[in-house]
Amino acid sequence: MSDYLIKLHNINLIRQGRHILKDIQLEIRAGEIITLIGPNGAGKSSLLKLALGLITASSGQRICLPNLRIGYMPQKISLPDTLPLTVKHFLKLAKGFQKNELYNVSQRLKIEHLLSQPMQRLSGGEQQRVLLARALLSKPELLVLDEPVQGLDVSGQSELYHLISDLKDELNCGVLMVSHDLHLVMAATDKVVCLNGHVCCEGHPQLVQQDPSYLELFGKSMPAHLAPYTHHHDHTHGEHCDHDHNGDKS
Amino acid sequence: MSWLIDALLAGWLLSLMSGPLGSFIVWRRMAYFGDTLAHSALLGVTLGFVFDVNLNLAIILCAVFVALILASLQRQHFIPSDTLLGLMAHTTLAAGLVTLSQLDNVRIDLNAYLFGDLLAVNREDLIIMALGSALVLIVLSRMWRGLLAASVSEELAQVEGYPVARLRLMFMVLLAVVIASAMKLVGVLLITAMLIIPAAAARPFSQGPKQMAILATLISMLAVALGLGLSYQFDTPAGPSIVLASALFFLISQSSYRFFVRH
Repeated sequence: MSDYLIKLHNINLIRQGRHILKDIQLEIRAGEIITLIGPNGAGKSSLLKLALGLITASSGQRICLPNLRIGYMPQKISLPDTLPLTVKHFLKLAKGFQKNELYNVSQRLKIEHLLSQPMQRLSGGEQQRVLLARALLSKPELLVLDEPVQGLDVSGQSELYHLISDLKDELNCGVLMVSHDLHLVMAATDKVVCLNGHVCCEGHPQLVQQDPSYLELFGKSMPAHLAPYTHHHDHTHGEHCDHDHNGDKS
Repeated sequence: MSWLIDALLAGWLLSLMSGPLGSFIVWRRMAYFGDTLAHSALLGVTLGFVFDVNLNLAIILCAVFVALILASLQRQHFIPSDTLLGLMAHTTLAAGLVTLSQLDNVRIDLNAYLFGDLLAVNREDLIIMALGSALVLIVLSRMWRGLLAASVSEELAQVEGYPVARLRLMFMVLLAVVIASAMKLVGVLLITAMLIIPAAAARPFSQGPKQMAILATLISMLAVALGLGLSYQFDTPAGPSIVLASALFFLISQSSYRFFVRH
């Protein structure tokens, strides 16, 4: 395995007296897809922002390759209506992109027909593709995706997950993403990290074909782009601990 | 007549800065922030008298100082931003008025600072304003892309490597320069209007950010010309006349846009 792109070492994050992240260790390598899962309020977004360098930890270290190019796809952005901005204008704001890249990327993400549309008029799914396009324009070595397929239908999810997986192979970049689903993650994920303040458990997702219990559960309708993740919680918490392992989305 | 031409030139120089900068104020939802900095300008003037430094410089320094205090106050979570802005705006205005009352050996016309005084615009001011607007436009055009990226999404811009914190600070400094230049023309209390009304009037007819900045500048220049003309004709105060002319263009823009959309 190649060396890490970003390494988080013993990260703690305390905000307004709340211990949001506790003793987090995380290494992201080139060509590796890491999916973060966890219930609401588990600190997924905070961990993502820490990895991106947008917030600093209360203690612990973030070691990052010098001049690492990061492509970040936020969940959504809300533009003020007062700002007249077409999709093309928006994409051109990406730092350090080449002109022909804009064309290639928009073709790849099927957003060519949207280029002259105002950003404010995009649907949720269209905005997601545009945001991913912007993230790709800087030729990232690390892609950070915040719930990239949330709100998409099954075929849209499948399409986007396949695209991300292909892009990872082409760019040989690392991918760190948050999944909106607690039990189903992108099939190409190398490592799932289940977060609930601390790292509850981590491991590979099972391939659906190899797991009869999931086949039973989902039948043959289980989409090929998804893989179930079985949580291995090998620890318990004292009665004063405020998190549980029920694993359901609240 | 020559004072009218001087005033017109000063107004147009101001428009060159306030058009693009005002657009950013509108995009970044910073109208109240601009207002707060404008209110602090009077304090800047009085402090300039107290410490005997160049008044323009004093205004700029005071505005930047107030902006920095605001930034540090906004880090706490108990008092919302709009309350903080109102608090700072009126505290600095009050501090300016109190300091002014203690200046025994200086007689300045308070009205001129609050509402502008065209007769006070002289050739020296014009040269300073020309240099100021050239500087503002050069700096703004160099930081345009970054500032726009940060206005769209600060997080995205920061991840991509734009110096977001520095851009924010530079924007405040530019704003302070505009406020210092606008003070003589329209006065402390009406500066924000010069920034936001032309930009708001330009919005419905703009397809891109640059287009909106240019259109706002042109509308602002028209408003200056119309306002000064009215002021000359009917002997009305110049600053308020310019603001009313801008508001008129805003009304025209709104109603004609609605007309075109409906038909």
